Amino acid sequence: MAKLKIDDLKKIKEKVQGTIAIRDGSHRAKITVHMGTCGIAAGARTILNAFMDEVNRRGVTDVILTTSGCAGLCSKEPMATVEVRGAAPVKYIELDEEKAKRIFADHVMDEKPVIEFALVQGSETTY
Amino acid sequence: MGKVYRTHILVCAGTGCVASGSLKVRDKMISEIERHGLKDEVMVASTGCNGFCAAGPITIVHPEGIFYKRLNVDDVPFFIEELLIKGRTVKKHLFTEEQRNEQIPIMNDIGFFKNQVLVVLKNRALIDPDVIDEYIGRDGYLPTSKALLEMTPDQIVEEVLTSGLRGRGGAGFSTGMKWKFCKEAKGEVKYILCNADEGDPGAFMDRSVLESDPHAVLEGMIIGGKAIGAHKGYIYVRAEYPLAIQRLNTAIGQARDYGLLGENIFGSGFDFDIELYYGAGAFVCGEETALMQSIEGKRGMPRPRPPFPAHKGLWAKPTVLNNVETFANIPQIIMRGGAWFASLGTETSKGTKVFALTGDVTNIGLIEVPMGITLRQIVYDIGGGIKNDKGLKAIQIGGPSGGCLPASIIDTPVDYESIVKTGAIVGSGGMVVMDEGNCMVDIAKFFLGFTAEESCGKCTPCRVGTAILLEKLTDISEGRGKDGDIEILETVGRNIISSSLCGLGQTAPNPILTTIRYFRDEYEAHIYDKKCPAKRCKALITFAIDPEKCTGCTLCKRNCPQQCISGEKKMPHTIDQSLCIRCSLCYDSCKFDAITVA
Repeated sequence: MAKLKIDDLKKIKEKVQGTIAIRDGSHRAKITVHMGTCGIAAGARTILNAFMDEVNRRGVTDVILTTSGCAGLCSKEPMATVEVRGAAPVKYIELDEEKAKRIFADHVMDEKPVIEFALVQGSETTY
Repeated sequence: MGKVYRTHILVCAGTGCVASGSLKVRDKMISEIERHGLKDEVMVASTGCNGFCAAGPITIVHPEGIFYKRLNVDDVPFFIEELLIKGRTVKKHLFTEEQRNEQIPIMNDIGFFKNQVLVVLKNRALIDPDVIDEYIGRDGYLPTSKALLEMTPDQIVEEVLTSGLRGRGGAGFSTGMKWKFCKEAKGEVKYILCNADEGDPGAFMDRSVLESDPHAVLEGMIIGGKAIGAHKGYIYVRAEYPLAIQRLNTAIGQARDYGLLGENIFGSGFDFDIELYYGAGAFVCGEETALMQSIEGKRGMPRPRPPFPAHKGLWAKPTVLNNVETFANIPQIIMRGGAWFASLGTETSKGTKVFALTGDVTNIGLIEVPMGITLRQIVYDIGGGIKNDKGLKAIQIGGPSGGCLPASIIDTPVDYESIVKTGAIVGSGGMVVMDEGNCMVDIAKFFLGFTAEESCGKCTPCRVGTAILLEKLTDISEGRGKDGDIEILETVGRNIISSSLCGLGQTAPNPILTTIRYFRDEYEAHIYDKKCPAKRCKALITFAIDPEKCTGCTLCKRNCPQQCISGEKKMPHTIDQSLCIRCSLCYDSCKFDAITVA
């Protein structure tokens, strides 16, 4: 192993940042793929992988990707919720890989929700 | 750019959790995740001590930051299925705060974590201590590069002086002053030493820092080396810390591979390397001059000062010795500035302090708090109060060099000066919380037993004096106490303090003097009434069976190792006092509260 120069510190940091940033608890946007039985059966894993590929490909570190259970609207699966900090969450329905990529580019990166794929803005009230 | 995973499962691999099986839990998680084909989506890593040792084995799941307690190997298949396949929070393993009686999923909402301020432990449970890249990913070794490439030794010393950092090993001497003296000392060869000879009963602060963030300590030493002009460092670590030693060796190896130890670090022209030295476990070797003798291969005994180590230390060369926690503070002082550090804490005690919180408190573990926090906040807000709804009696702080502080002064702020005023010392950070069931004479006897054993024998007042104190305390606790014993304890204690060479003797009587100061009535009850109010001292208590309450279930009779309980089934039993060894097994086993202790 060659000796490190000061620039190498930065390179190593960039290399691991994407991996460990998720543990920090700070993020700009969060994507939740609904993976109940219905979601999985309808192909949610393809959607999850599509989002993950986008995160990896673009090298973004401020977006976290997570999963949750059934969103309650099984007939519209696969579904995902995108929350950009400071804006209301948006639920997307009947997703496929192409739609997921579009949502990532427009909503997650440019912060413009993709209205035509969206079900609704906001989430249910919880008690 | 590293690979992104949707979920990180971080399993604590501190000594406490490893002992409760966390490495097996980690391996089982990895195999379960492979079985479900989720290897590319989920990362499993092990981290250093999370601090909440009472809840181990501990697992934290990110990005949500959910805290799972007591997750054992057998729980893993269900856990992985619920968490990763069904995407649910696994309620069974969430933490429940007793007072609120509700489950708290998010780690940072739990009182134990919420009220802490992490400087030294900022990377705990966030990085894998065996992976240097993860340390660098959290700005590791940037402070070293700054100190080596952009700062002069004077500037480094100045920054540490500004920070107000004081030695975390116990005495609280200014770190910046120590560095300044050694920097100004004449000599071609100088040494920088790290004191990892942590030996207080019940204390594990340094071990935890070494296990969870070894590179922070290495960095502190490299920066210190540049400041004083040393090219060689030793870490004196006790051999009873195998995991800390293993992680240190890994860290040193990785740092050497990266050229962060060795010649011409970062091309700065500065050379520095570190070697480990294993201590055999003598308590006195935590004293600086004894530690140096031990590294030189001699018997570990203190020598008079002056000359101070800053002028004549290891092999008679100018030497700086700092504690593990002190070094771990240095990188951030360099990176964020001395003024930032000085903004934490009180007027005279800056920054934070790590404590090993243990005893009869609900949340046992390792905590880091700002200087100036009160004992009340530590015991109740972080510690979650006293276990089993009992009352607080005393807080032992500073280990065998410290003292027992009564519940009445629980609002004392934790800083060097305030604690010294109480008769205890901040010490290296042991904090034992005691409920009403603890006998103060017994506690003093425990600590004196330790120091009498560990006294190196060089100074007669310490060698003989601690033995006299122990003998007196034994007499008192066994019912042979006489009028005037308290005064003898006080006089002998004060003499040991004023006539011993090193910190061991100078502080050894503190546990007695503080317990006499705050709990004199307990000593008097032992001596004059031959009673132990806490019912701990076996010679002064008797067990009896209340015939009104005894149902004759025979449980105590079957449990008695002396077979000194007699009685027919369904008839009240009796204890033969001449044979009773007061082991308390009858008391512990009785389901009807029929055993009385007096």
